Amino acid sequence: MNFKLKVWRQADQNSSGSFETYEAKNVNANQSFMEVLDVVNDDLTKEGKEPIAFDHDCREGICGTCSCVINGEPHGPEDKVTSCQVYMRSFQDGETITVEPFRAKPFPILKDLITDRSAFDKIIQAGGFISVNTGQAPEANALPIGRETAELAFDAAHCIGCGACVAACKNSSAMLFVSAKVTHLGLLPQGQPERNRRALKMVDVMDAQGFGGCTNTGACEAVCPKGIPVEFISRLNRDYLTASLMERPESE
Amino acid sequence: MILKRLFQSTIGKKIIMALTGVLLFGFVIVHMLGNWQVFSGAEALNDYAHLIQSKAIVLWGFRLALLGIVGLHLWAAITLTLANRAAAPEKYAESKALGTTWASRSMTLSGVIVLGFIIFHILHFTVRSIPGSPDYFQLNEKGYHDVYAMVVHAFQNPILVGIYVIGVGLLSLHLSHGLQSMFRSLGWSDRRYLPLQINFARVFAGFIFVGMSAVPLAIFFQLKQF
Amino acid sequence: MKLDPKIPAGPLDKKWGSHRMNLKLVNPANKRKYEVIVVGSGLGGGAASASLAELGYNVKCFCFQDSPRRAHSIAAQGGINAAKNYQNDGDSIKRLFYDTIKGGDFRAREANVYRLAQVSINIIDQCAAQGVPFGREYGGLLANRSFGGAQVSRTFYSRGATGQQLLVGAYSALSRQIGLGKVQMFPRTEMLDLILVDGHAKGIVTRNLVTGKIETHMADAVILGTGGYGNVFYLSTYARGSNATAIWRAYKKGAGFANPCFTQIHPTCIPVSGDYQSKLTLMSESLRNDGRCWVPKAVGDKRAAHEIPETDRDYYLERMYPSYGNLAPRDIASRAAKRVCDEGRGVGPGGLGVYLDFADAIQRLGEKTVRERYSNLFDMYHEITGENAYKQPMRIYPAIHYTMGGLWVDYNLMSNIPGLFVLGEANFSDHGANRLGASALMQGLADGYFVIPYTIGDYLANQKQKRPTADCPEAQAAEKAVREEIKQLLSINGTKTINEYHKELGKILWDHCGMARNKAGLTQAIAEIQALREDFWKNVKVPGESNNLNQSLEKAGRVADFLELGELLCRDALEREESCGCHLREEYQTEEGECQRNDAQFAHAAVWEYKGKNEIPVRHIELMTYEEIHLTTRSYK
Repeated sequence: MNFKLKVWRQADQNSSGSFETYEAKNVNANQSFMEVLDVVNDDLTKEGKEPIAFDHDCREGICGTCSCVINGEPHGPEDKVTSCQVYMRSFQDGETITVEPFRAKPFPILKDLITDRSAFDKIIQAGGFISVNTGQAPEANALPIGRETAELAFDAAHCIGCGACVAACKNSSAMLFVSAKVTHLGLLPQGQPERNRRALKMVDVMDAQGFGGCTNTGACEAVCPKGIPVEFISRLNRDYLTASLMERPESE
Repeated sequence: MILKRLFQSTIGKKIIMALTGVLLFGFVIVHMLGNWQVFSGAEALNDYAHLIQSKAIVLWGFRLALLGIVGLHLWAAITLTLANRAAAPEKYAESKALGTTWASRSMTLSGVIVLGFIIFHILHFTVRSIPGSPDYFQLNEKGYHDVYAMVVHAFQNPILVGIYVIGVGLLSLHLSHGLQSMFRSLGWSDRRYLPLQINFARVFAGFIFVGMSAVPLAIFFQLKQF
Repeated sequence: MKLDPKIPAGPLDKKWGSHRMNLKLVNPANKRKYEVIVVGSGLGGGAASASLAELGYNVKCFCFQDSPRRAHSIAAQGGINAAKNYQNDGDSIKRLFYDTIKGGDFRAREANVYRLAQVSINIIDQCAAQGVPFGREYGGLLANRSFGGAQVSRTFYSRGATGQQLLVGAYSALSRQIGLGKVQMFPRTEMLDLILVDGHAKGIVTRNLVTGKIETHMADAVILGTGGYGNVFYLSTYARGSNATAIWRAYKKGAGFANPCFTQIHPTCIPVSGDYQSKLTLMSESLRNDGRCWVPKAVGDKRAAHEIPETDRDYYLERMYPSYGNLAPRDIASRAAKRVCDEGRGVGPGGLGVYLDFADAIQRLGEKTVRERYSNLFDMYHEITGENAYKQPMRIYPAIHYTMGGLWVDYNLMSNIPGLFVLGEANFSDHGANRLGASALMQGLADGYFVIPYTIGDYLANQKQKRPTADCPEAQAAEKAVREEIKQLLSINGTKTINEYHKELGKILWDHCGMARNKAGLTQAIAEIQALREDFWKNVKVPGESNNLNQSLEKAGRVADFLELGELLCRDALEREESCGCHLREEYQTEEGECQRNDAQFAHAAVWEYKGKNEIPVRHIELMTYEEIHLTTRSYK
């Protein structure tokens, strides 16, 4: 198979970028999209040009590093996969494939297809945890958790923090990401003591980082590689509302 | 604290949006039921209109409350839209629907047009200052405003009928997303209810469109002796 | 090189308890005066950073990824072992200890492994308290599954993403400390050298991968939790970024490198499909709970799987190892797969594959149950191969997956360089010559949560002098050396790309130092690697500049290190004239092709000391003495 890749090139955060087109020839249908980028990059290197910078690491769809928008879809045309799990059999021979970085104000572009998603880390730092120091834990089976609850908590905890939800959202909203964490910990009995505080703190930082609001369009769920459902956003709204009602003024 | 959170956070504003949306939706239903009086003849509609207009304090109280609700809905919409646009300033070279509906992506557009339509509607039937409108306002034999004659007269005009049908069409489109979004913004949704809520929103939006556009269309096409 | 393992005296089960009593403590008010550098944010590094910060130390944590949540611990699928004996099936600390020692073919340090089994219990408690959603029974209690090399069910899991869930747990604990200001996090920052002052590890030189800025960071102790070096083989189940640079540069500063030839080949990976391939994907060992491995009985049988009747199939693991069957340990299962493929009975392109068949399990349990247990793995298999494993058997083949070797550490997890601690896969201590499934997560977390917080205090309490500053001559010299190497890499401007060198190195190693090794091959490999390395420094092409984001430059430094490490790997394999665990020397095997250990001469860890560029390193040994157990021939038949 042969393809044309129309790729966003941008030198650094402060430069403006533009598209460049590259040829990818003799591509195997079972080659992954990132392996095509590897080959293109080796060609560019040999031509004395700078290779395309793109984020990737585990290449098995779990680390959440890869972050390409392929033909207008974060993580490309296949359902429930990350960019690194897109295989060339998903494209038509001869097709021009447009590759862009995630575009959102809170995710500034660092170079070419690489963005800075540290805003997500800041949200987690605000409250995406259960405050238990090492060594404080009680016996694990002392706290039974119904299987259905544990499974639903897993569904939420499965979020890989890739940011595709933000990239797909017309408002660059991080609600699906935040809701996944709030749901994961909010479903478990261990997460109850901090449940209200967690929702308030995480949403505060989410807003401060400049993410937009949720208009319930559902684009986030459609592109999420782990199938995090929008119903979790509803849970976040519920938790936030309850927490706001229960909140007491903090004593200085 | 709750008020601060409602007015300052994105989620809070969405809650305001949803709550005012519910109230406005309620008003639309009542308005539609009132409109249907036209099918019962001149007397029914005029008596109904008189009932509304007779108690000034109730009428103005209601109008002010409605204005406040619309104002809040608008304020939340404007501030959120500005923040949302600031969060996503760059568009993709290729854009895809990504599982979203046109209605959900165009809430601002449909909202702005509906607002324009409502202003037109108030100028037209309440303030009655649309230039070129005939002086069809008169009193009936009971001394009540002859709203019936006014409405029937207005909807002889195909342009006005067009404006009203398009206006309520966009209102329905707005509601088809707004109604389901409301459940989610208020945190009252999960995988069991979500499909139900989506269908509820669509069916009700369709119902509003049919119910609202029935009046101008029936009058224009003389589906009944008016 | 002085190698004192510092194993505490006393009976095995009392060692850790009495040792903790003898370790010096740092009082709470003084803890905040100490700075600790942690390189790596996976299960070892992340857990250590969080735990040390909770104790009050000031921690600086570094990772090359864009977020600490992306460390490759995340990719572990199957589970984590713990001697909880929740299943009432005869498990105990001692049994987990014994299984691990035996699984490692008696080349791991007894005292460390016993401690690992002891703290395994606390790990599950800690993780459950953090909100890790482990698989549960309907009654709400924790569920277990079986894993290779054990006859009890002691593996805790979160569907097929246990590593992810445990890492998210450690990441959340770490994030909490970052939020509290006790950990300063440096993502997209790579360690390029270790700074020694008076022979103690007191700092690191780093490169900011976004701005290219070279910096020195000084501390009272340095902890490396940087993972394994399996990417030296190019094709592996490691993340593309996984590298050996931190441990390699520590080695070049004097840290002993133990057992580099102990590299694990995982039996169940998706086979290579073409030469463009950049990585191999693992299919969790847990699949062998229900999947049956087979190949056709006849050489060259080209029929499709479903056309081959039962009578023409060879369920080779069940045949060769009846008591463990499909759950034979990884080294055994990998070699068996290689053997049947070498016989010409392999399936799929190039004959490099065996079937892992779920037809029986689906018939016995129903597709729904199989889906519940493994759906994400089946989905992953489908994504990569385009094949539906519910309908046709998976094709699998062994691939490089883990490295048991690593920097030498004593019982306190401190290397022979005082102040340099090494955790998780980066050290050598717990898995001997072969790691059992679901034990890597256990070790990473044990080291990070429950060992280092105790042992580091003992070192720090003895450090009375002031922490050296970044302008000390040692730091300046290290920084200068780093700058010069970068300059050199960028100035070669040859004709071959970094990937080409890396692939060539990988092929040499896979051919001569992979699943089976022999003297002639290893000798040849060493010569080839030396030649390749020489060529690299003359002819590599590294585009771009040093003062911005330059992924080629990052890779170049890592591959340069691999080119040195590869040679050491072969050298170690050559010197170890026995077969044990994953290290199979063709000269030393039984008639049935099983490993033939030589306990008289090789019951030790080989620890290599760097002697300078192009000098032959020196091999030291630490004898593996066993107080509690008797060395036996490992049998899974």
